[in-house]
Amino acid sequence: MKQGEALPKLEVPVTARTVVMGAAASRDWQPQHHDHAWAVERAGTRDIFLNTPNQAGWIERYLTDWTGPRGRLGRLSFRMRRPVFPGETLVFRGTVTKVADGFADVDVTLSVGDEVATECRARIAVPGDGGDNPWARAGDDWSP
Amino acid sequence: MSVLEKQIAERTASLVDEWLGRELDAGPGDVACERALVVTWLEATENANPLYWDDEVARELTAGPIAPPTMLSVWMRPLQFNPRAREHVRPLELHFRLKDAFGLPEGIVTGNEIVFGVPVRHGDVISTRQRVADIGEVRTNKLGTGRPWTIEVTYANQRGEVVGVETYRMFCYVRGGP
Repeated sequence: MKQGEALPKLEVPVTARTVVMGAAASRDWQPQHHDHAWAVERAGTRDIFLNTPNQAGWIERYLTDWTGPRGRLGRLSFRMRRPVFPGETLVFRGTVTKVADGFADVDVTLSVGDEVATECRARIAVPGDGGDNPWARAGDDWSP
Repeated sequence: MSVLEKQIAERTASLVDEWLGRELDAGPGDVACERALVVTWLEATENANPLYWDDEVARELTAGPIAPPTMLSVWMRPLQFNPRAREHVRPLELHFRLKDAFGLPEGIVTGNEIVFGVPVRHGDVISTRQRVADIGEVRTNKLGTGRPWTIEVTYANQRGEVVGVETYRMFCYVRGGP
C-alpha cells in the first residue's frame, strides 16, 4: 500500500432494483428513490436515482474489498455532481493519495461513461506492522 | 440577480439568522441495530466483507458483531408506521422544518461528509442531535432557484459514545431553472 497506488476498478450495472433495494436498505423512503412519476414530475429528474447513504455503502464496500476486513473507515467526504439512474453502469476507481499515521487517504470517483457522477475522499485505517488491528483503536488513538 | 432570486432572497433574508445554529434533539431512533438490517444492507451493496458475515472474524477483530459504519443514517430514520409514536417525525426533521419555513419545497443532497467514531454494535440504539450549520446565498441551477444549506447530525449510542458525525450539504429550491 503506497501513495499513487491504483485500486482495482469495480463496475456496477445499476438497475431499478439496485436503486430501490439501496433505498430500502437505507430505510430511505424519499419518493425520488422509488417513485418514477414523482422523480420526473416533482423532482425534475429523468428517473429514480441512487440515494446518498447507498452510495456511501457502495464506496465503503469498494474500499474494504481492497483493504480486507481489518480496514476501518474513518472519514468519508463526497460530492454528487449528477444523479445515477437505472440503466447506467457505475465505475468505481480509486487512487491512494497518502499513507501516514495508520491511515490511507484514497480519492475515489464513481463514473458513468466519461462523466464523474460522484467524487469522494476517504480516510481508512489500515493495519500497521505486528498484527495491528485498526478496530482496536479508541480514544486518542482514533482520530480520523 | 433574476426576479425569482430577488423574491426568494427578500422573502427569506430574515429567516437566515433565525435558523442558523438551531438544534433539534431527535432522541433515540425507532429501530435498534440488528443483524437482519445489516444483512439487507450487505445485500444491497453486494458487500462480502467477512467481518459482517462471519461471527468468528467479528469476535477476533471487533469483539462481536458490528454494523458497517456507513449504515449510520439507518439508525436515525423513523418508522413509516409506528402506533407508539407520539408525533410524526420525519428523517432529518430539522431539514424539513427549514424547507417549510423557507418555502422551498424541493431539495437534493449535493454533498456529504461522515466522520466515524466507535462502531455500532448489534443491539445498540442510536440517538441523534441535528444542527443547522450553514445557510448559503440564493442561487439558480438547472433544477431551480433556492438556497444551499448544511445540516450536521451527531449520532451517539446508548452509552453516550459518539458513533459518528455526518454533514449533509443540501440545495433546496423552487423548480424552474435558466
